[in-house]
Formats: sequence, C-alpha cells, structure tokens
Amino acid sequence: MKFRDEYRDGVTARRFAAAIARVVTRPWTLMEVCGGQTHAIVRFGIDELLPPGLTLVHGPGCPVCVTPVEYIDKAIEIARRPEVILCSFGDMLRVPGTDGDLFTAKSRGADVRIIYSPLDALAIARAAPTREVVFFAVGFETTAPANAMAAYRAKQENFRNFSMLVSHVLVPPAMCSLLEAPGTRVQGFLAAGHVCTVMGFRQYEPIAARFGVPIVVTGFEPLDILQGIFMCVCQLERGRAVVENQYSRSVRRDGNGPAQEIMREVFQVVPRRWRGIGDIVESGLGLAESYGDFDAERRFGTVITDEEMATECISGLVLRGEHKPPDCPAFGTRCTPERPLGVTMVSSEGACAAYYRYRGARIPTVGGR
Amino acid sequence: MRAGRVDFGGIIKEINLAFVPEASVGDHVLVHVGFAITVIDETEAQRVFLYLREIGEFVENEAVKL
Amino acid sequence: MQLAHGGGGRAMKQLIDLIIRPAFADPELDRCHDGAALAVDGPVAFTTDSYVVRPIIFPGGDIGSLAVNGTVNDLAMCGARPLYLSVGLILEEGLPIDTLRRVLASMHKAASAAGVRLVTGDTKVVDHGKADRIFVNTAGLGRIVAPTPIGPSSVRAGDAVILSGDIGRHGIAVMAAREGFGFETTIESDCAAVTNPVLALLEEGIAVHCLRDLTRGGLASAAVEIAETAGLAIVLDERAVPVRDDVAAACELLGFDPLHVANEGRFIAFVAPEDADRAVEVLRHHPVSAEALVAGWVEHGPSGRVSCRGALGVMRAIDMLSGEQLPRIC
Repeated sequence: MKFRDEYRDGVTARRFAAAIARVVTRPWTLMEVCGGQTHAIVRFGIDELLPPGLTLVHGPGCPVCVTPVEYIDKAIEIARRPEVILCSFGDMLRVPGTDGDLFTAKSRGADVRIIYSPLDALAIARAAPTREVVFFAVGFETTAPANAMAAYRAKQENFRNFSMLVSHVLVPPAMCSLLEAPGTRVQGFLAAGHVCTVMGFRQYEPIAARFGVPIVVTGFEPLDILQGIFMCVCQLERGRAVVENQYSRSVRRDGNGPAQEIMREVFQVVPRRWRGIGDIVESGLGLAESYGDFDAERRFGTVITDEEMATECISGLVLRGEHKPPDCPAFGTRCTPERPLGVTMVSSEGACAAYYRYRGARIPTVGGR
Repeated sequence: MRAGRVDFGGIIKEINLAFVPEASVGDHVLVHVGFAITVIDETEAQRVFLYLREIGEFVENEAVKL
Repeated sequence: MQLAHGGGGRAMKQLIDLIIRPAFADPELDRCHDGAALAVDGPVAFTTDSYVVRPIIFPGGDIGSLAVNGTVNDLAMCGARPLYLSVGLILEEGLPIDTLRRVLASMHKAASAAGVRLVTGDTKVVDHGKADRIFVNTAGLGRIVAPTPIGPSSVRAGDAVILSGDIGRHGIAVMAAREGFGFETTIESDCAAVTNPVLALLEEGIAVHCLRDLTRGGLASAAVEIAETAGLAIVLDERAVPVRDDVAAACELLGFDPLHVANEGRFIAFVAPEDADRAVEVLRHHPVSAEALVAGWVEHGPSGRVSCRGALGVMRAIDMLSGEQLPRIC
C-alpha cells in the first residue's frame, strides 16, 4: 500500500540506523509522546537498531492510559442507567475504574457500544430517539476536531438525547510538566505527527527554546521514526534546540485551520488530571459554556469517586518515561493484558501492552535501561 | 457535510472531509476516526528517501567534525 | 420459526420432514430413526464444534458452510478422511424459514464438496432473544489414514512450518459484514474444506508431524499452542507470510495484527525438513492451498516461545491474542 510499504523497507531502515550510529558520540535519551510511535518502535524493534547509549523512553502518549480514573467511574455510572446507550472507542472498554471496567458493566446489562467515529454516536442517537446517547469523548488534539464535530452537529440539529463525557488532553502542557520535573532524563522529543497535523508546531517552538530541548515532529512508520531520531540526535550533538518537521508530508507549521476552528468553537481549555501523572494546568479540553447542554456531567450530575487504590503498578513512572515496562516487578507475571494492574497494560497504545505483545514476558529486552 | 469515499488499499470507507476543503478526487488523505485531517503532500513524501541520500554524504563529510 | 417447531409435535415433524431432511438428502436420515447406524474400518477420529458466528451470512460463506468445513477440517487435522457429520441446530424464535433453508442448503453443498455425509441431527427452538438467530453444532467422524500419530507431541526441532496460504480473510470479512464499520470490501472469507490437500500430503508419503487449522486467534495462537504442547520454540518469518493488501489495510484501520486474525480455510503443517519443498509442491496443486509456503521453523528453545522476524529484520515475540480484538482509536 502506498505511504506504508516503502516506509517499512528493511534495507533503508538499516542505512538510517547506520547513519545514526555514525553521528552519535555520547549517550542520549529521547522521548516519543505518541502511543502509535511507541507501538511501532516496539513492534518493528526500532530501538534494537540503535547504537548502545541511545535510549528511547516512552511518554504519556496514550490518551486512554491517561484518562483519569474518576472519568472511567463516571462513564460506568452513566452507562448503568437503563435509558443510556454509552458509546466509546474500543480501547476504553477494558480500562479499570475503581470498581470494574465498561466491559464488566456491559456484561451486567449496560448498553455499551464500540464506535469507530464520533459521528457514529450521533447516528445511534438519531436512530434511538427514546434513549439517552452518551459519547465518552477522549483523546489528544488529533481526535478533538472529530469529537468537536459531533457536538457541533448535535447543536446544529438540535439533538435532545445526545451528550458527551469529555476528557480530552493536550500534549504541549504535558511535555512542559515532564521537563519541569527535577531530574528528568529527557534530552529530546519526537513530537507526535498526527497531533501536529491538527495543531501545527508553533506551540512547540517556545518549549524548545525555554528548556533547550530539540523537538522533531515525527511520523509513525519505521523510516519516519528513524529519520526523526537522526534529526534529533544531530541537534543534540551540535548543541542545537529547535523544532524541526520530519513529517512534512502531513504536517504544516500552522496545522489544520478548519479543524482548529471547530475545536475553538466547541471546547475550552481546562485543568486536567492525568492518570499516573497528576494535575497539569491548562492541559485539557472540556466543553465550552455554549455547549453546556451537551455536557453529560451536567445532564447526569456529578459522580464522586474514591481515590485510586495504591498498587505495585509503576505505570505513572512508565508514563513519565522514568522507567521502561520490563523494569516493573509485576510485568508479565502478576500484570498481563488479561489481568492488568495498570492502564498502560490495557490499551493497545499503552507502553506495557506493546512490550508484552511484541517482546513477550519471557524475552529480556535489549538495549533498554 | 462534505464527505467522500476513501480507498485504503482496497477497503473503501465513507470519510468526512469537513477539515480538508482543499481535497479533491485522487488526493491521498490522512484519516483519523472517520475524518480526513490532512492532504498528503506527494512531493514532501519523497523527502525521507532524498534525505537519506543527503545524509549519506553528510555523514561521510561531517561526522568527524561533530 | 415458532417455538412449536421445536416442541416435539406436528409442527416439529413438518419442519424436519419438509425442510431439514430434504435439504440434506441422505438415505441414513430418511430411515427416520433415533441415530445413524454406521460401519467404519480401523481407527477413527471424532470431533465436535459449535458455531455462533455473527452475522450468520457473510461474504464467502455462512454459518452452514462454516459449521461443515470447520468440523471437516478438524478431522483432516487429525490425519483422518472425514466421513460422517451430525448437525445440531438451535434456532431462535422468529428466524425466517428462508434463512434456515439457505443455511441448510449451504451445509449440504459444503458436505458434498468435502465428501462427507450428514447422517444424524437434532433441532431445538428457543425463545426470541435467547439465541442469536441460529447456532449450529456439528460433530464429525473420520477414518484415520495417517500412518504415524499426528499431533504436537510428534513435532521435532528442525521441522518446517508450512502455511497453506494467505491469512486473515475470514476475520476481516466477518468484521466488515457487521453493522457499524461501514466498510466496502471485496474480501471474502477463506472458508473451505482443506481435506484434499491434507490427504494428498499423506498419500505422497510426506512425514507430517502435526497439522493445525488456523481459526480464531489466527496463525499466532496456533503456533503458540503447538510450541507450548511440544515443549519447543518456533521462529516465523513475517515477511514470508502472505497477507492480501486489502486485508492488511483493514488490519491497519482496526489496529489488528494479521497474525491474530481468524481464518477458516487455512492450516499449518509441521513436516520433516527434508520433506518441506516436496510438501509445498504437493499443496500447491490444490486450489485451497495454491500459495502454500514455508513460513518458519521449529527450534530447540524455551518451551512455547514463538518469535518472528519482522519487516526490518528484527525479531519480536509472538503471543496468543489477549482478550477480544478491539478497534483502537489511533
């Protein structure tokens, strides 16, 4: 398939890897902040092609993983109401709340439906006028315009039986939060190509300047990632710290105007708690005041939930790039995709799930910390 | 809303084109949750391969200086 | 379909006499007795499987052809020539008679193609909502023709893993036929009996150590199960495994690994290394395995470890499918 197979060519990949090895003179630690990239790195073994000392750590790039537990609990609570059809992207269903997940709620009779696109939720609402359709809207900037469009259409078409439970997150504030943390290991970032397709990369320029870290907007295929690493390492070796765009076939500096416009129309920036990381100011999107009628939290009332129970799970450290999944004593033994202790083992975008799936519980990783 | 049929290597899906007003028939688009979010620039798409050729020379000439 | 059709009375007799028996057209059924009386020489293989696929009709097949081919293939995997099947039907109240007719006709067609007879059966009707239109159970009896035991315990280090063709079509065809995905595809299920190529391998005297059909869980799960039972390791070459472009594209869209996607007309054969080329040659003479190839090897190594060489040449671990395949969001 075009734009896929040629970016997975093994010979070209090894030439990139050789080029990286030639320019690297000392150890560097880079972080990618996109679950899709984490998945590709582990699946294709890109980290194993890199010279020793060049370490990739995996950031909070999985929107499902960072959705706070209170939102999972709220979604479950709402889904249990007999009049409700709760629509969600598939990955959310197995994410544990304080008491079970959406799958469990479904097996106990809740009407929970997996959708592919936010507009599918509207179609369900149109077809079931006597039911309350609630769309559990999560994601990064990539998904925000599509989710915003669902709310926008609902308002335009005067839907009375549609609302959204919104827990959107924004990438740049999370990057700042990681860089502000004392003792951070991250020396350079591969920024998420799809997020930047929507938002452009102007927002990253002050971050690169303020923290002195190179940021390379990077795609998702193996060659994209290898080129992104090469560009990032070249900057580090030369003492530069600017934003570069590897993913220029999709990303323009200003991003996608119409998509940003609808985000501004429907959403407002709010503080957000990131699961495993904590509260980050101005790091989320919630529905704007003018869309309050479509806010499921208002429609169904607030749900108070307990604090997340402490476990031996280190997913918070994994999400911050301080540890890799196999560092966890529970990895692959007491924590597996069937019986996950933490959310990074649940979502297919989660770092622990990627390591478990592609490295196995029994195969020691190579080249990691 | 503007929509179009997008061919994903033999799978065809109706995709919302509201965010890519510039897209026309025959363009390649990047799709996320049912929405096209950009038109792929065919010229830029070749850059990764040209880049490798350039850095081949760069690595030969510059690596020593770094 | 009404509850009375399963009630044991006149309506049930009419259903059986007018719809079911004529569809299968077998003299053994026409004896109208409680069971079939059969004669089989030598060792037999006996297997059973239940089918609950949704939707019941999908591109390339339906629950009827699936139920026949699935059980026929299970017998073939035992190194047996399939002979007889039983058919248990659980029908949901309200199922259109025409749908039932279609499924039965499809079972008959698949059975004829596989050279197997439908000789006994049972029908139940349950309340609306207590089943999903139609469930089918087929049990099968076959005569073992393999000269040596076929199974994971016969697998040896060094054996070639031969794959009978491209993977992932059944799972994607069924998924695409479900409402909600909105795919237009020409992908059809690979649902087919693999009896002929398997019997051909045995007739050609190839040392077949193990056979496994690739159903739910796909190639990955089949390989892991065999590696675990055999106490050996398996190495697959992902670059050699054929996946059609449209199947690969659907997998990308849904976030699936083709190695985990279901098949219904594909199998792997473990053969002695010196027989590998000849086995591929034999399989390629049959339409259902025309693209057969060597996809990997068995090695000494940690029991149950399956690894695979990926697109960049780096090895990665292969595990069984965890949970249900869920479409992912990005």
